[in-house]
Amino acid sequence: MTARFNPPEPQGMKRRDLLQMIGLIAGGSALYNAMTTLGFAADSQYTGPVTLRGAPAGTRIVVLGAGWAGLLAALELRDAGYSVQLLDYNDRIGGRAWSLRGGDVYTEMGGETQRCEFDSGLYVNPGPWRIPYHHRGVLAYARRFNVTLEPFIMVNYNAYVHSSRHFGGKPKRFREVQADFHGHVAELLAKATSKERLDEAVSREDQEKLLAALRSWGALDENYAYRANFDSAERRGYEVNKGGGLMPPPLPSTPIGLQDLLNSNLWEALNSGQIHQWQSTIFQPVGGMDMTPKAIGREIENLITLNAQVKQIKQDERGVTVSYVDSRTGKDARQVRADWCVCTIPLSILSQLDMNVGAPMSAAINALPYESAVKTGLQMKRRFWEEDDAIYGGITFTDLPIQQIAYPNTSYNKPGKGVLLGTFAFGDPALSLTGMSPRLRVQKAVEYGAQIHPQYATEFENGISVAWHRVPGAMGCAAAWDSQLQAAHYDNLAQLDGRIVLAGDHLSRGLTGWQEGAVLSSLDAITRLHKRIVNG
Amino acid sequence: MKFLSIFILFTLAVSLPRAHSADAMKVTMPGVGEERAFPQTQGADLYQAACQACHMPEGVGATAAATYPALAKDPRLKPKAFPITRVLNGSKAMPSFKATLSDEQIVAVVGYVRTHFGNHYSDTISLEDVKALRQ
Repeated sequence: MTARFNPPEPQGMKRRDLLQMIGLIAGGSALYNAMTTLGFAADSQYTGPVTLRGAPAGTRIVVLGAGWAGLLAALELRDAGYSVQLLDYNDRIGGRAWSLRGGDVYTEMGGETQRCEFDSGLYVNPGPWRIPYHHRGVLAYARRFNVTLEPFIMVNYNAYVHSSRHFGGKPKRFREVQADFHGHVAELLAKATSKERLDEAVSREDQEKLLAALRSWGALDENYAYRANFDSAERRGYEVNKGGGLMPPPLPSTPIGLQDLLNSNLWEALNSGQIHQWQSTIFQPVGGMDMTPKAIGREIENLITLNAQVKQIKQDERGVTVSYVDSRTGKDARQVRADWCVCTIPLSILSQLDMNVGAPMSAAINALPYESAVKTGLQMKRRFWEEDDAIYGGITFTDLPIQQIAYPNTSYNKPGKGVLLGTFAFGDPALSLTGMSPRLRVQKAVEYGAQIHPQYATEFENGISVAWHRVPGAMGCAAAWDSQLQAAHYDNLAQLDGRIVLAGDHLSRGLTGWQEGAVLSSLDAITRLHKRIVNG
Repeated sequence: MKFLSIFILFTLAVSLPRAHSADAMKVTMPGVGEERAFPQTQGADLYQAACQACHMPEGVGATAAATYPALAKDPRLKPKAFPITRVLNGSKAMPSFKATLSDEQIVAVVGYVRTHFGNHYSDTISLEDVKALRQ
C-alpha cells in the first residue's frame, strides 16, 4: 500500500553526495530532515531534539504525571527556561514504564499486597518491554541518558506455538509451523501455476519465474512437492540432526499435513514478527524498562513531587490551580498555582477528576474505555527453557488464557535462576484474569504454563502478577481508540484548552500503549504550548 | 482476536467494529477467536469473568487515583434499565460489552448483581428488556 515516491535526483550529483554535503554544511538534524524529504528514514515522526526558545521569564508550568510524557515535558520545558513542577500519584517515577525486582512491594486496587521475591538481578517489566528500531524518540532519549540497550527477541524459530486443542495439546516449534505452512502454500500455488490456472494474474513468461520462486520460498522438490527431505529439513529441522565422526547420519523430519495445520490455527502466530512494530531489530534496556525514565528523573529530581494525588484542576483567565492530597493517606491537601498545565493523567482517571475544560475536550475524556492486560513474572530454579529446550529469548504463543510465555532476552546460557514472563494476556481474557486474586493469577500461570513446559512442576519458585485495571495510578492498560472514537474525539482531546494541554500515549495515532506514543505526544504538546505562550 | 483483523488494521487502516487499539499488545495468538471471549453462562461466573476485575469480589468497588463504583447495596440498580444500559454501552473508562456478551449473558449477569451483594431487586429481567436497549 505504500506509494513509492522517488524524487528526481539533482543533476550531476548522486543522492549520497548531496546528503554528505548537507550534513557537512548544516549538521545532523538538517541531514536527517533532508533524508526524510528524499524518502529515507521516513519511518518515524520524531524530528530530533526539541528546541524551545524565548520562554518568558518566570512563567510557571505544572506537569501532571511522571511517566514518559510528563517527564519529557518537565525536562524540555525546564531546559527552555520555564519554572516547572511535576506531580505524580505513585511513590516512584516512570508510570507504566516500570520494572519489578526482588524486594519490591506492590499493592493493587482491592488491597492485596505482593512482595516480589525474585533473586538479585532478575526482574519483570509489567508494562512496556520492547523498543522497535523505528521508535526514534525513545531511542534518542535512551542515548542521551546513556541507557544501555540489548536485543529483544521477537521471533524465535525454536520457541513454541501451542494449541491446547490440537496435536494432543503438544506444542510445535515455530520453525516447523512456518516451514510447513509456507511449503504447503507454495506447493498449492505451484500446482495452480503449472496447470495454467493463474493465466490471468501471471503472464506466461512470469510463470516460470514464479515457479522458481515458489520452489525456493517453500523448499519444494523438483516436482514442486513439499515433503520430508533435506530441503524441508533445512527449514523445519531434522529428525536426527547433523553430527560428526561415526555419529548417526542426519534424517529429515516429517512435515505436518496441510489440513491439520489449517485446523490448528497455529499459522496465526507466524505473523507476530512481520508487523511493523514487531520487526527486527527490537531493543530492551539492560536491567529493566524503567532505566530511561529513572535516568531522566534524576536529572529533574528537584522538580518532582511523588505521592501526590490530584483531586481538582481548575483554570481561570490567569492560570491553573491544581489541588492534591497525599496519595498514601488521602490527607494533607495542597495546591499548586501555575500559568499553564500539561496533564498526562490517564483518561481512565482524568474522567473522574474535577476539571474545567470545554465541552469538546470533556466529551473526549469521557468517551474512551481502557484495554485490559495482565502480566505475570515467574522465577524458576533453573533456565530449563535454555538447558532442556534450546529456547534462548523470544516468545511462545498459546491459545491458553496466558496467551504468551516470554523468555528472558539476557544472560543467555548461564547457570542459575531465571524469570519467565508466564502470562501476557490481553483483551477480554485478560479481564477475566484480572478478576482473580494475584495469588490465583500466579497459580494459573504455573498450571497453564506446565502444559507447555512440564518443568514448571519442579522448577517454579515464586511469582508476581500485575493486572493493569487494578494498578492504582493507571486503572487500565491503554486507551481503546477505534476509528469512530478517533473521528469524533481525537482532535478535541489534543487541542490546547485554555491553559491546559493533554499528552500521553492516549494522544497518539496507532501508538497507544507504546512509549513512543507518549514521547511524540509530549513533544508535540509542549511545542504547541510553547508557541501559544510566546506568541500569545 | 483474529490475525486477519489485526493485519487489516495495520496495513489498510480499515475501521473495525471494536478495534483493540492498544497497539503494543496486538500480537496474535493461535486459536483465539474460535470461541466467545466469555464462554460463561451463569450470572455468578459472568460476574467473575467480566465485572470483578474492577468492581471487585462482592461488588465492593475500589478507590485509588479514581474509583470503581461499588455495586453492593446500590440503589441505582433498582431501575433495571440502568445496569443493562451500562453493560451494553459502558461509561467513561468502563468498556461496552455489547459485542462480547449475548443478550442471554447480560440477563444472567445483571440479574445476578441485582439479587446479590445486598441488592434485593427481584423483578425479573427478560431478553426483551436487553433487546430493547441494545441499539
